[in-house]
Amino acid sequence: MELAAILLIPVATAGLCLALTRRAAARATVIASALVLALVALVVSRVVARGAPASLGGWLVCDSLGALILALVAFVGLTAAIFSVGYMRHHPSPGGGDRYYALYNLFLTSMLAVPLLANIALVWIAIALTTLASAFLVAYADTPEALEAAWKYVVLTTLGAVVALLGVIFLYWGVRLAGGGPFTWAGLSAAAPAMPPRVLWMGFVLVLVGFGTKAGLAPMHTWLPDAHSQAPAPICALLSGVETTTALYAVLRLFPVLKAAGEGDAQGWFLVFGLISTGVAALLLVYVRDYKRMFAFSTVEHMGIVMVAMGLGDQAYFGAAFQIAAHALAKSFCFFAAGAVVLTAGTQEIAAVRGLIRLSPATAVAFLVGALAIAGAPPFAVFLGEFTILKAGLGAAHYVAAGLLALFVVVAFCAMMRHVNGMVFGEPGRPRAVMALPATCSVALVVAVIPVVVLGIALPGGIDRLLAASAAVLGGAP
Amino acid sequence: MAGGATSYLPHLNAMAGGLFLLAAFAIVATRQMLACLRWFVAQAFLLAASASVIAIGEGSGHLAAVAVITVATKAVAMPWLLRRSVRGEIYARREISQVLNIPTSLLLAAALTLLAGALAYPVATLGTGPFVAVNLPVGLAGLFLGAYTVAVRREAVSQLLGLLAMENGAFFVAVAIASDLPFIAELTVAFDVLVVTLVIGLLTRRIHERVGGTSVGLLAALRER
Repeated sequence: MELAAILLIPVATAGLCLALTRRAAARATVIASALVLALVALVVSRVVARGAPASLGGWLVCDSLGALILALVAFVGLTAAIFSVGYMRHHPSPGGGDRYYALYNLFLTSMLAVPLLANIALVWIAIALTTLASAFLVAYADTPEALEAAWKYVVLTTLGAVVALLGVIFLYWGVRLAGGGPFTWAGLSAAAPAMPPRVLWMGFVLVLVGFGTKAGLAPMHTWLPDAHSQAPAPICALLSGVETTTALYAVLRLFPVLKAAGEGDAQGWFLVFGLISTGVAALLLVYVRDYKRMFAFSTVEHMGIVMVAMGLGDQAYFGAAFQIAAHALAKSFCFFAAGAVVLTAGTQEIAAVRGLIRLSPATAVAFLVGALAIAGAPPFAVFLGEFTILKAGLGAAHYVAAGLLALFVVVAFCAMMRHVNGMVFGEPGRPRAVMALPATCSVALVVAVIPVVVLGIALPGGIDRLLAASAAVLGGAP
Repeated sequence: MAGGATSYLPHLNAMAGGLFLLAAFAIVATRQMLACLRWFVAQAFLLAASASVIAIGEGSGHLAAVAVITVATKAVAMPWLLRRSVRGEIYARREISQVLNIPTSLLLAAALTLLAGALAYPVATLGTGPFVAVNLPVGLAGLFLGAYTVAVRREAVSQLLGLLAMENGAFFVAVAIASDLPFIAELTVAFDVLVVTLVIGLLTRRIHERVGGTSVGLLAALRER
């Protein structure tokens, strides 16, 4: 019942928002997403305690990996809703009709549906709908740049979705040829050994390319920095923090399926795609001139790191699960901080922001913490994730892959720190009137930073068990 | 399938497949927007035709419903939506600008078709019947040609037609290999097609209002400088 409520609450709120004033819609969205997070926490704690998936009539199902993704989406959904209240007050709708909160709720619903839906064909629809629900959120500013970004976003990710659709159809065919069974992730793993390998591989490659486009894996990432830099900050937090994660989730789900089929070569594919993404993103981070694009490229880097972790073998699955969580939490915080800088400095250009620490110390500290956290400095969660993955890579004697990964991560770290250093500590230009940060933005920043710090220092028992169980699912345990 | 009464069905299906591929090439080569849309509708009808033929061959009422849904969404609802949201674009008598000229385009399209055939061959010959042997390579080629259309066309509406032609290709494969796909999935994919059309149509209108044209291929303000 809770599983259905998790999807029904935001859908109902979306409808409600159309009838409310903007102020009331903002409040309704915060209350609804808090309610969703509470329900998700209930479901997740149950899944962890029982060690078995929760399900509803064969339509909705939630195992540990699904629970992890669900928790991340719900958490960022709440913090972004809180951040929206103050941030969007300073960004009145330019295009007449005001549907921000209605679309926000639809977007949130589609992302919550990805880890919950049992049937893979329906998971495909949910992922396709995440793009369509968020298209006008990306275009929100209604400038030629925002429209260009929204266009590339819709066309390229829909193109990817159609490719993935054919992949899903091939997987369905595979299940049929293997003698039938439910078309769920579990059913797919069960049918995998009896599938013709060519059909399975065709399905996998099409899904990898298709949803890889949506997850922002290089070389299909070109739309990502545009969309993730032009959307309003709270939407960027959702896009970069969790939307990419939900698409990557669908790709990762095929890893245990290939393993069950005895197709060990799959590891190589994950490793190569991951290293390309990480490397390309690290290089582009050196040349980036817009700090929101900087965080967007860092998303490409992190999607790559998770892919590499999957390729490094048994010891790295925990690192992959941890990294998924650490990235989603840290990246959403980064975009909140970037939104605060936009409000303070009025520009997204790195070169135009100087001496932030003197302009607005609170914003500067938030931005610095966000950048350090996402770049992988200790004691934050991302550092721990990357460290675990590298250690696992060395343990499995993948010296070249682990070496390259370490190199790319260090290049990305240095590039980001160079940009951030100038922005925070540089010599300020002409002093300008600084706007105080809206209270709700500050609240969102504080709430969002807590798990980024906590997970870097200690791993509470429940979360540890959730991550270990997710890693087991990734590795192909029943 | 062995029965004499239905032995003509694979031939009919192969004919629909050939014409489907022809329509995909026509979408690549047609210079006028309205003609392009008509070819797309023709392609949707051919997809429905293939679904109907396989429905008779396999005695599947499910596939007959898929044929009806295909015609309803892609030949009726989607063109209607498009005409409503971007009327001026459809009826503009100008030629579609594209990155490559038509002969080069057709040559590359032919190469993509060969590639699709080569990729599909090992899977299509797993011994799963005459329908799969036709629909798999043809559908994959349709998907590639649609993607190619998206890549070379500069106009917003023709990029949308390319996307939906890709979707036609994916479903041309689906009617042969996944003929009993859950009905809810078929319905929601049809719904997805309409939402894609609506979102892209509205976005095109906004771009027209804000930028003054719909040559989205020329939008290039966002990049690392």
